[in-house]
Amino acid sequence: MQKQKKNRCIMINGVSIYEILTLTSIMFFIGVYGFFTRKNLIAMLVSVELILNSAAVNFVIINKYMFPGKLGGDIFSIFIIAVAAAETALALAIIINLYRLIMSVKTKDLETMKY
Amino acid sequence: MILIPLIPLAVFLLLGIFFRRIKEPVSGYIGVAGLTIVSLISFYIAISYFLDFGLVNGEYQKIIVFRSTWIHFTDNLKIEMGILLDPLSAVMLIVVPLISWMVHIYSLGYMKGEGGFTRFYAFLSLFTFSMLGLVLSVNIFQIYIFWELVGVSSYSLIGFYYKKKSAVLAAKKAFIVTRFADLGFLIGLLILSYFAGTFDFLTLTNLDFIQTLNGQAVTFMGLSVITWALILIFMGGAGKSAMFPLHIWLPDAMEGPTPVSALIHAATMVVAGVFLVARLFPMFYFIEDGIALEVVAYVGAFTTLFAAVIALTQYDIKRVLAFSTMSQIGYMMLALGVSGYGEHEGLGYMASMFHLFTHAMFKALLFLGAGAIIHAVHSNFMQDMGGLRKHLPVTHITFLVAALAISGIPPFAGFFSKDEILAAAFEHNKLIWFTGFIVAGMTAFYMFRLYFRIFWWNDPEYKHKPHEAPKTMTVPLMILAFMAAFSGFIPFSDFVSTDYSPFHTHIEWGLAGASVGIGVLGILLAVLFYKKENDLSDRFARAFGIFYKWTFNKFYIDELYFFITKKIIFKNISAPFAWFDRHIVDGTMNGIGNSTVWISEKIKGLQSGRVQDYAMYFVSGATVISMILWFLLNN
Repeated sequence: MQKQKKNRCIMINGVSIYEILTLTSIMFFIGVYGFFTRKNLIAMLVSVELILNSAAVNFVIINKYMFPGKLGGDIFSIFIIAVAAAETALALAIIINLYRLIMSVKTKDLETMKY
Repeated sequence: MILIPLIPLAVFLLLGIFFRRIKEPVSGYIGVAGLTIVSLISFYIAISYFLDFGLVNGEYQKIIVFRSTWIHFTDNLKIEMGILLDPLSAVMLIVVPLISWMVHIYSLGYMKGEGGFTRFYAFLSLFTFSMLGLVLSVNIFQIYIFWELVGVSSYSLIGFYYKKKSAVLAAKKAFIVTRFADLGFLIGLLILSYFAGTFDFLTLTNLDFIQTLNGQAVTFMGLSVITWALILIFMGGAGKSAMFPLHIWLPDAMEGPTPVSALIHAATMVVAGVFLVARLFPMFYFIEDGIALEVVAYVGAFTTLFAAVIALTQYDIKRVLAFSTMSQIGYMMLALGVSGYGEHEGLGYMASMFHLFTHAMFKALLFLGAGAIIHAVHSNFMQDMGGLRKHLPVTHITFLVAALAISGIPPFAGFFSKDEILAAAFEHNKLIWFTGFIVAGMTAFYMFRLYFRIFWWNDPEYKHKPHEAPKTMTVPLMILAFMAAFSGFIPFSDFVSTDYSPFHTHIEWGLAGASVGIGVLGILLAVLFYKKENDLSDRFARAFGIFYKWTFNKFYIDELYFFITKKIIFKNISAPFAWFDRHIVDGTMNGIGNSTVWISEKIKGLQSGRVQDYAMYFVSGATVISMILWFLLNN
């Protein structure tokens, strides 16, 4: 029992789950921060990618450390990658259309829907 | 049976909805056709009720033909709609459709070429529907509903010439005055039903039930609450029936088209008050030994005298008839007031209904005749008339019949009913009898003043030669003249009585002779004054001086009302209320609105249109909530 618990905590040599989760959290909040503050739609899109990727990494890591030998988390991360690809394609299409329409990809030019 | 009120309703809806499509004569034919069917059904039912199935073991049955729950609040409190057939409603089933039918036919001629022909017929049908619903009601709440409906149709028909200012004012006045009276009716109805626990007529007029009510009622200012409720209900009836002091609307209501005056303001709607008191008669009689009934008697007696005095001096022929109507309804009320209960004691009740019946006939006839005269002369005032007997022979004869009938000259209808009323009053109360007796003479005088002034007097030069009215107008006149002449021979006491069993009346020759005598005296005076053009009446008027002036101005009651409403109520009560409304109530509401605007000005910056801002609010909100949840769950 004791041994098993120890095994679970140290799966990759010298790296615990907390370190990796800290890393993905930092990545997530960088993405959130970028999403809030970037003035360019492309940069916002990149920030969204960061958020998604941090989530995907979380899935993989938690699957690896908590339920070794199962595949649920891995499959979800693959889903997220597929969704992210689709989302990127969609967002880029919107951005390109917007550019055609108003010759700009700046967020401050998109404030028409207000009070 | 249920078709009786529903056909006029259907006609009203048809004409009302398609009033632009249906052209002038067609709508009249539709209306007349509908009313013909209704009248035939009603006459058939009423007559077979009286002669065939109504009388079982010497007593008329109260038959509920149809009843359904309209609004169901609780098992005790529910409002039903239905049709009640008893002698009272059967009599009304003859009166209302007959007069309405005649008026429908007459209007084909009278209203020809007037604007709004279809609208006129639509409202006539609405009125007929409401009146039939009223007289067939099974409970007091249903009566109240139809009561208001007749008020509305009366309002829209008085204001039929809505481009004329006086007509609009008259319509408004009629509506407000009767509505004010109906407030009393509503309060009385609520009090009554609160203490009685039912709206139903069959229960309310049950004698045992009334005795239990008598025993348990709360008292207020020395009288039982039920008596107060009845007096308030009578107030509603007095408003509709133009009893003093709520009579002021009726003379002005003559602004409406003359057929309307004949139908609504002479024959049917204005007797609704009498009908209501008669409906609740056992209550009026038995609750606290009939204190409420005394009120009815004295109000009726006063009104009959008051209106007759005013009628002596008026020049507008329709107004003379209007005051005469008030006076005759006063007669009916006083007859109810002096009535007792049971076989012969209930003579006044029977006489009242009888007079209602005959009065409807001859007063509708008088009004329709007046309509034919106005149609021919294009004026309402007797100064513009005279010598019309040569020009309008049919109108002349029918008008004479009606005038004889209302004056109580045998063998015309009015003699019989008036004699019964005076006989009943004589047994009960000499003062009331004397009032009625004097009024009988005055009635004869002013009716023949009208008659001679229109048809004899002198031979003025008419700009347009007056011509007899078309057939559509004279035929109803003839039918009504027939009724006015002979309906007195109906043995009414075999049909209507307080305790629903027939009894026999006989003419009291002494009293009848006296009243005929005073009627003849009135007529002779009228002959003296008005047969040939002379200045006797003017000299007489001058001799009376101030009294004549007061009477001519209807005792300044209208002015008194104006004074009370404008100077006292509007100034001292309504004006502060208006101030309160404008400044406090509206101020509060405006304050709420203004502060909302102010706050939203301040915070509208939040709605920036930047998706990033929204996302940030969302995430920070989510964060705060999750921190709170975390904090709560950890404790």
